[in-house]
Amino acid sequence: MAGATRPERPLSPHVQIWRWHVTMATSILHRVTGVGLYGGMILFCFWLMAVAAGPEAYEPVGAFLAGPIGQIGLYLIVAAFAYHLANGIRHLVFDTGNGLKPADAETSAWFAILFAVFAPLGLWALVTFGS
Amino acid sequence: MSKGKSTPLGRVRNHGAAAEGTGHFVGQRVSAIALLILATWFVLSVALTMDGPTYLAAIDFLVSPVNAVGVILLVMVALYHMRLGMGEVINDYIARPFTKVVLLLLNALVPLVIAAGALFAVLLVNFGV
Repeated sequence: MAGATRPERPLSPHVQIWRWHVTMATSILHRVTGVGLYGGMILFCFWLMAVAAGPEAYEPVGAFLAGPIGQIGLYLIVAAFAYHLANGIRHLVFDTGNGLKPADAETSAWFAILFAVFAPLGLWALVTFGS
Repeated sequence: MSKGKSTPLGRVRNHGAAAEGTGHFVGQRVSAIALLILATWFVLSVALTMDGPTYLAAIDFLVSPVNAVGVILLVMVALYHMRLGMGEVINDYIARPFTKVVLLLLNALVPLVIAAGALFAVLLVNFGV
């Protein structure tokens, strides 16, 4: 109808036409790791209570943590923390108004992801093979 | 102010913001900066000084005054920070008012209970009989 006189406006985002951005992955990962660390912190508090409950009460907890599921769980919590830490620093920088240009935000996003992959690996290697 | 004649938007217009956002924003950032130090210290110190997840190693770790104070600070600041963050997640993703209020209530109370238990546990390890 008024096609010719209509002003040039951006079309609204389309659900099916959508380019993947690393910055959207970092955003959702921040929430996912945050929720994961929420659970991890509650488990840590229960661990403190188990220690306070004495050696007999602690026994099964210690055995679980030393076992494969416990060790993998601890590794994942450290990895979630490493990611939340790196991306959290990114957000603190964003709050100052810096690093918000798309190219900069994408570079720092990859840095946060690489840190989350390699920092836990490095710590695991240090604990396992160091000293 | 007849309710029937105005839209929800019309009713809240010109009343200004709820003026609660700044406190949330600042609290989240302050606790984030504190955790940057506290949580990093804790992870490194447990990984590098604790000799496995045994009972004796745990007691050894928690009876050091620096570690006990550090763990108490970590628990308090972390529970505050995660309560703020989870509140945001609940507000964003839970649409049903009843479910939302129940979850927000749990989010306000559960960390408090857990923190009290954890702090008492650290004190018990250090001063208990």
